Amino acid sequence: MSATTAIPAVNPKAGRRRHGPEARTGGRRVGSHLFLLALVIYFILPLWWLIVAATKDTSGLFTGSGGPLWFDSEFNFFDNLAELSTHQGGIYWRWLANSFLYAFAGGIGATILAVLAGYGFAKYRFRGRSLFFNLLLGAVMVPLTALVIPTFVLLSQVGLVNTIWAVILPSLLSPFGVYLMRIYTQDAIPDEILDAARVDGAGELRTFFQVALPLLRPAIVTVLLLSIVGTWNNFFLPLAVLSDPNLLPVTVGLNNWTALSNAGAGGEQVWNLIVTGAFVSIVPLIIAFLSLQRYWQGGLSLGSVK
Amino acid sequence: MALTTEPPTRAARAASAARTVRPRRGGIGAIDRKRQRWGWLFVAPFAVVFAAFLIFPLCYAFWMSLQTSTLAAGTEFTGLANYVKAFTDPIFLGGLGRVAMFALVMIPAQMLVALVAALVLDNLATVLSKFSRLMIFVPYAIPVVIGALMWGFLYSPRFGPATDLFALFGATAPSFLDQSSIFGSLVNIVTWQWSGYYMIIIYAALRGIDPSIYEAARIDGANSFQTALRIKVPMISSSMVMVLIFAMIGTLQFFTEPQVLRGIAQGAIPISYTPNMYAYSLAFSYSQFNYASAISFALGIIVFIGSYVFLFLTRKQSGLK
Repeated sequence: MSATTAIPAVNPKAGRRRHGPEARTGGRRVGSHLFLLALVIYFILPLWWLIVAATKDTSGLFTGSGGPLWFDSEFNFFDNLAELSTHQGGIYWRWLANSFLYAFAGGIGATILAVLAGYGFAKYRFRGRSLFFNLLLGAVMVPLTALVIPTFVLLSQVGLVNTIWAVILPSLLSPFGVYLMRIYTQDAIPDEILDAARVDGAGELRTFFQVALPLLRPAIVTVLLLSIVGTWNNFFLPLAVLSDPNLLPVTVGLNNWTALSNAGAGGEQVWNLIVTGAFVSIVPLIIAFLSLQRYWQGGLSLGSVK
Repeated sequence: MALTTEPPTRAARAASAARTVRPRRGGIGAIDRKRQRWGWLFVAPFAVVFAAFLIFPLCYAFWMSLQTSTLAAGTEFTGLANYVKAFTDPIFLGGLGRVAMFALVMIPAQMLVALVAALVLDNLATVLSKFSRLMIFVPYAIPVVIGALMWGFLYSPRFGPATDLFALFGATAPSFLDQSSIFGSLVNIVTWQWSGYYMIIIYAALRGIDPSIYEAARIDGANSFQTALRIKVPMISSSMVMVLIFAMIGTLQFFTEPQVLRGIAQGAIPISYTPNMYAYSLAFSYSQFNYASAISFALGIIVFIGSYVFLFLTRKQSGLK
């Protein structure tokens, strides 16, 4: 299980693909495009609904003049934003900031650990290496939600429940990230380069930081994105370990508002805030993915083994 | 290389270990061994987290699951009693059966959408195909909670467009959120959320195939459908196995989507709909942490064994040995 299949940088032939034969068959291309169009509509529909709904007030959501999939006569997006800032003392922005904090602290931390460990596994033959790595491969198969309840009990015994550390510390664990980094390091960094650096008198740390690290950049971006998204998406863990409303990430917070709005009387129904809040919270990640696509598109296939 | 400073005892030991090797080579081995210890330093920070948040919680969960806590007797060691209880508990078994059903429907649905989309995209290099690729992937960037909330709104007869859309064709919209259709509604949410991610993995694997193989197939008279089925799919089987494993692990620990929809679809989703939801409610609504740990641990073991059996069965396709 050493080599990867599709890393553009490693497989130069992939970049030189031509599309001659396909280009000639015009009829099938129309069919393919229609098929893609149908898929795009399916995948975009909920987002389109969300964009439209974020511009409506609560009554517009129920009985808008344009229907659920078109804008209303009134444009309430900025009113909704303003209401988000005042409802319960603007706690929504607190939640969004928490989400950022957890995602970046957990994601960056997990990536640093994964890069170091992946390099250690790939480039050194220390005692216990294969045992530990096999353990790690097994851990990729362990469903992380199975760990939530014991983690909660353990954290509550050391008094960390209901603090930011209860979310950040468990998020540092990313066995899959280590696995990806090891595989990428093996392919991208030949031993000869490292040996050359050592002959030139560089120590092990200097070899790592100045020679290896720059070569690992595509994989680092991929692992970073994957772990940030993983932490940002996390729902079960914060739901279990946090109860202080001021510490919640935006996912748990919005879910609480929904539960309240469903159960509650008219005064507690904040459907327009839920919709606008959901819209605002997905914008940063979508922008991140669209602007970083150069990196992740090749990187996501790293895990596949030959 | 300045290897002459190597202490003679080491060189001698190395030499006695391998008589045919010249002392000089033995010296390299010794320095090398010293250097290899750096490996542990690089791995150590991760090892600490791994021990603290994986090994230790797992062991602790197992330890907790061997105990039973009652008001009368306090906490006492009861061995495997919680597991006997779990595997005869109709609620837990019902949840397991349900996620197994989800796995049977949801995984093929996601794989099919992802594979077909990737194969079609692989044949095209137009602006629309690039745009489609991104748009199909976009749901991955949306938190599962938000995705489930959005679909909950879309399903809702009060907010959703279903009533209007079906009225266009003169039909009445099905009620997506009642007990009989909630299964399909959840399958749809998961397919929407994850197919794009799997599509990108499969697509990247397809781009890695050497195109000269297609030339050869074309000369042999294969049409593009045959090329896709007989050449492309077998060549990306390792990626498919990986996607399947991801999908399987994800499905068996199904939690977020039904938990979120539970609030929207009143009454259609019981509190113990999936094993994870059952464990969550046992722990946090009924404070039965010991039994909840047994449920979590049993589920973890089932997923773990399931993934390993699957990897073993597909070792030819995935190339793992």
